[in-house]
Amino acid sequence: MNLFALDPLLVGDIDLGIVLIVLLKVLVTFALILVAVMLMIWFERKVHADMSNRLGPNRAGPFGLLQTLADGTKFFFKEDLIPDRADRRIFVLAPFLAMVPAFVTFSVVPIGGVFTEEKQGAVKIFGNHTFLQLADPPIGVLLILAMSSIAVYGIMLAGWSSGSKYPLLGSVRATAQMVSYEAALGLSVVSVVLLTGSLSTHDIVMNQAGEGFFGIIPSWNLIVAGVVPFVIFIIAATAELNRPPFDLVEAEQELVGGFHTEYSSIRFALFYLAEFMNVVTMSAIIVTLFVGGPAGPTFFGPDWIWGPVWFLLKVLVFCFMFVWFRTTLPRFRYDQLMDLGWKVLIPLALGWLLLLAAINVARDEDWNLPLVVAVGFAVLVLGYAGIVAAVRTAQRRRELDPEGVH
Amino acid sequence: MGYLEGFAVTFKKLFKGSRTGRTVTVPYVKDSGPKRQKPLRIHGRHVLNRYEDGMEKCIGCELCAGVCPAKCIYVRGADNPPDDPVSPGERYGYVYEINYLRCIHCDLCVEACPTEAITESKLFEFSFTNRQDAIYTKDELVVGDDGLPQQLPWEDWSDLDEVGAWTSAWVRATAPSGDATYEGRVGWSAELGFGVKDPERGQAADGEGSSEAEEGLAGSGHHSHDEEGSVASGGKPGRTSPGGPGAGGPDAAGESTHDGGNH
Repeated sequence: MNLFALDPLLVGDIDLGIVLIVLLKVLVTFALILVAVMLMIWFERKVHADMSNRLGPNRAGPFGLLQTLADGTKFFFKEDLIPDRADRRIFVLAPFLAMVPAFVTFSVVPIGGVFTEEKQGAVKIFGNHTFLQLADPPIGVLLILAMSSIAVYGIMLAGWSSGSKYPLLGSVRATAQMVSYEAALGLSVVSVVLLTGSLSTHDIVMNQAGEGFFGIIPSWNLIVAGVVPFVIFIIAATAELNRPPFDLVEAEQELVGGFHTEYSSIRFALFYLAEFMNVVTMSAIIVTLFVGGPAGPTFFGPDWIWGPVWFLLKVLVFCFMFVWFRTTLPRFRYDQLMDLGWKVLIPLALGWLLLLAAINVARDEDWNLPLVVAVGFAVLVLGYAGIVAAVRTAQRRRELDPEGVH
Repeated sequence: MGYLEGFAVTFKKLFKGSRTGRTVTVPYVKDSGPKRQKPLRIHGRHVLNRYEDGMEKCIGCELCAGVCPAKCIYVRGADNPPDDPVSPGERYGYVYEINYLRCIHCDLCVEACPTEAITESKLFEFSFTNRQDAIYTKDELVVGDDGLPQQLPWEDWSDLDEVGAWTSAWVRATAPSGDATYEGRVGWSAELGFGVKDPERGQAADGEGSSEAEEGLAGSGHHSHDEEGSVASGGKPGRTSPGGPGAGGPDAAGESTHDGGNH
């Protein structure tokens, strides 16, 4: 009797093989992200140390690789404090609200697969063709955006429920910052969705696979969408992650530890975990949306092996980029942060989206493409001039009437 | 591209061979080779000294406890038993405790002590694992019969040979009366196992060397110092401190600052 032909869910066409595959995927995704976080923390500390002429962790395990494990074990045994004035239930809930979205987001990211014409990104396991991602919902990109919005709640509630002023200030900053940059982030994602015509992450990767231009330049969204949405996404993502230079949320010099000041023990560890998990997840999302995910050339051996390899290499590059940002850039001032978000990134993302839409329509309707692009750019420049004029006028009014009487 | 130059700076530091990539942190050498040499007057865990005949120097006056800014010293004095005195004189410290969870190693106790009973050793690697171990009692603080500090199980004394004898450098640096430009004779008492320790470089034994010390100040060089060191260490009972001042210690050059005072 064929074991894989069993029907454990009693649904008819879902046999044991499919159930096993899903279970295996859940396990692998969960373990992968946890190990990745462990290595990410080590990687960040090592690279950051190297860039500032230090050694970094070197005591636990070879090259200090097990340092994160040692830290985690220590956190488990620390005293767990809940402040008297804290709102206990929300205080306990907040770390999970921050961590779970990071896990969930990773579940829609394709981490492997054979992205060719005939295989369409599928891999054969247990006699079934399946994608190497935990889930491929038709609204994958929306899920990513939704989860990053929920993560804001974790940080906001953590600060608010601590019953202490520094966490509250930190969480107010976090909320304002993340809501502002979510708009720019979303608009640059819409550009990608517009080009693909689908919200599914698998389709987005599939759309970027293939020969590309002139045989050497890959047809990644990074290039197809123009570099602008990619740059906007990276800046907005750094702000979403609350990483330097946008780490006003936990600016040590001003706010002690920011929203997690009152957290200790394993609850603090959960925030810490979520923070670095978000770095890995965000890198994976950038890879998926803009640089072709696991799609890439295959050389020797079985073709399914190259998907994860390309994926990991690309993710590593972006993880390094985030660490590099942290080492190099000084922190923004709060008004600069808001100016950059509202007066530069959002208008630019919006304008570029309109330009891409115009080009798309022009292609469909067989209009004169160069003319459309020229007119589009002209409109962008006009809009930019309008914004600059508005900002200048507002500034002059403030200077004339600093008290705001009129 | 002024905004992007910073990225080049940090990236260059990744490459350890380059001029800017030099690692400035020195790794802890516990597992790999000998320890680094410690400065002569590093403040470590305390010891309670004894005279050469084995008597304790502490007289239970509680000045150290009074001056301690961290309130980590607890002393109670008692009258010496007439038939078996613990210290020369009238009283001795019969309780002496230092709480190392509080001690900040400021050495004010060493400065306050009228009999040079409490001094600091060079040990700083003592990671006790409970609060009881953190409180050092008199039994643990008093030096052993050889004049060396006692070694407790959680203390790392692997360089005892080198630093075991350096227990009263601070006293010798400033005595008497805390005068850094000390001239005159040795003002400190003998210690069990070591005898009267040598003066530091630039100081002189028995008054005769004070002029030499001034010569040294005037810049006549190390030659006179070395002579003086050999004179000073000759004929002293017991051990002389290895690497100590008389022997022209490893950091002798670095320790010559205190003879740079005004005359």
